[in-house]
Amino acid sequence: MNNLLNIIAGLGSSFRSKMIRLGAGTRLFFLIIIYSADSFKRIGLTIREIYFTGVLSLVIIVVSAFFVGMVLGLQGYYTLEKYGSSEAIGVLVALALVRELGPVVTALLFAGRAGTAITAEIGLMKATEQLSAMEVMAVSPIARIIAPRFWAGMISMPILATIFSMVGILGGYFIAVLVIGVDEGAFWSQMQANVDFSNDIVDGAIKSIVFGFACTIIALFEGFDAPPTAEGVSRATTRTVVISSLAVLGLDFILTSFMFV
Amino acid sequence: MERTKLDIWVGIFVIIGLAALFGLATKVGNLTSNNIKETYSVYAHFENIGGLKPRAAVKAAGVVVGRVNSIIFDTEAYHAVVSIDVDKRYVFPKDTFANIYTAGLLGEQYIGLEAGGDMTNLAAGDLITQTQDAVVLEKLISQFLYSKASEEEK
Amino acid sequence: MSHQNILGKQYVMEELISINNLSFGYGESTLHKNINMKFSRGKVSAIMGGSGCGKTTILKLIAGQLQPKSGEIVVDGQVVHDQGREGIYNIRRKMGMLFQHGALFTDLNVFDNVAFPMREHTNLPENMIKDLVLLKLNAVGLRGAQKKMPSELSGGMSRRVALARAIALDPDIIMYDEPFAGLDPISMAVICDLIRSLNDALGATSIIVTHDVAETFSFADYIYFLADGEVAAEGSPKQLLASKLPFVRQFIHSEKDGPVPFHVDAPAYGVDLQL
Repeated sequence: MNNLLNIIAGLGSSFRSKMIRLGAGTRLFFLIIIYSADSFKRIGLTIREIYFTGVLSLVIIVVSAFFVGMVLGLQGYYTLEKYGSSEAIGVLVALALVRELGPVVTALLFAGRAGTAITAEIGLMKATEQLSAMEVMAVSPIARIIAPRFWAGMISMPILATIFSMVGILGGYFIAVLVIGVDEGAFWSQMQANVDFSNDIVDGAIKSIVFGFACTIIALFEGFDAPPTAEGVSRATTRTVVISSLAVLGLDFILTSFMFV
Repeated sequence: MERTKLDIWVGIFVIIGLAALFGLATKVGNLTSNNIKETYSVYAHFENIGGLKPRAAVKAAGVVVGRVNSIIFDTEAYHAVVSIDVDKRYVFPKDTFANIYTAGLLGEQYIGLEAGGDMTNLAAGDLITQTQDAVVLEKLISQFLYSKASEEEK
Repeated sequence: MSHQNILGKQYVMEELISINNLSFGYGESTLHKNINMKFSRGKVSAIMGGSGCGKTTILKLIAGQLQPKSGEIVVDGQVVHDQGREGIYNIRRKMGMLFQHGALFTDLNVFDNVAFPMREHTNLPENMIKDLVLLKLNAVGLRGAQKKMPSELSGGMSRRVALARAIALDPDIIMYDEPFAGLDPISMAVICDLIRSLNDALGATSIIVTHDVAETFSFADYIYFLADGEVAAEGSPKQLLASKLPFVRQFIHSEKDGPVPFHVDAPAYGVDLQL
């Protein structure tokens, strides 16, 4: 009986601590908004962060997109061929990428590469008292360090997701048309007839903005909140990836049920 | 890292992103082919619209000439009233047929317009009088079974 | 010479910083009970005590990074925790702090680190900033290292750069968090000398948190000893050397056992060995 009570108490306290963290994360978000003026007045700060989160993620995004597009082309072709609809391969690749895989896979890769970098960097700055030093010098670390990274993430994610979708479609084109031999005209025309700009492409872009927000704010919070020790920082980076991934997949379900149903 | 180098790379990044967006919009989506600007509305009544949805295509000779605007149910005459937006560039005679077809075997449904031979054309707000309902699979099957059964009897 | 602040209390301006009846603790625990300290203008003061007795926390309280549970800290006539954003900003502009391991910004080189406060808080043109930065670096003897990154510096050197950064805006108050920890004797002598000479040159008030007896006693003007959350002893180095208080004697003469016991609280040895 005692064991059962302990388990329930454990659940309660675990839930409570998660709620406290959620509240602290929300508080950080509002602080970021309040202190965001500098991110735009001294745009150099934000541009520097866009370089580190966006530009340096290009390689992994482009390579992954190409492979994902090729796999979609390959798998899709052999399944569609059984129903005699192999010319719809363009539609399959385009819709799968633009609606789902583009935003979601980009967000997962972003969380793994840029998110962990942000968490580790901020956690380390906290551990070596750099954030404290900045505070005592009357410079708000939120305005100078956190907010530019937030806006850089918000700007980089949609750009990366769009690039992912386009490169993925090119990957699908490469496999379907150039390797397997599906008719090029049919590939593009079927795609154009069935992919709607405002429904599919814009909705995919909205998803990527929401995912960008989630991944960036989680990475920033975990870094800012990490215990200032080596172990604390390493655990914080792991948490960034896990929580970002779960958030992205959960938000994807919610957004999809709003947008496409 | 120097300022100028950072700025160049970020600029390239944004340009690649915009190029990707442009590529998606033009080559992948239907933004360019969907430039139906000025339209006029005509109406059609159907006993059964099947799976026709708003924004479905309206084609004549296979070319998209318009879009379905709205579908409502007339509670007095008990039929569906479909409102169609037709591109102003295309005019149809008054005795045009409006049929509901299915794209492919199990695909989406669309309206096909077949021009008649009337001298006067449809004006905005006119009613298309000649319509053919959607094919409902169940009715087709029951027809088939019925005709099979009556064949057996002979 | 006195001054009335908004609460009608009177403060004598010889003390730039005064801590009155301060008590503080993280969460439920208590770290400081009823602390009273005064730091006079132009003097070098030290706060000493065993590890974990809350010395560094006093610095954070003075800088307004933490809020006291009761009591107050007054800096230049203003109560620190009553200030809003503007007020805290103004107070911090007068302070420079040297952190234990330097806390240099790792993505900026030495020059940019020292220039950071100048670029953030002043509108000086770049050539003036360059002159000032070189001046500060020269004062700590590291003008030749201006292009290096913090990762390329030794412990002593990075602490000197951090000192140059702390005095970048000629602060009235300079705080040092364990400035001698982990340094070789030469670097220690350098830092000692710098603390004293900079304090006198700038006419500043310095507060050092340390447990290094020999060095501190050689140049500090006034020393506070913290133990059990209270000020156990205070005075000039001469007074403390002559003190008969057992805690002070144990600390100064580096005795293994005394008021601060060798053995942490434990049950009798026999009980633990289960005899």
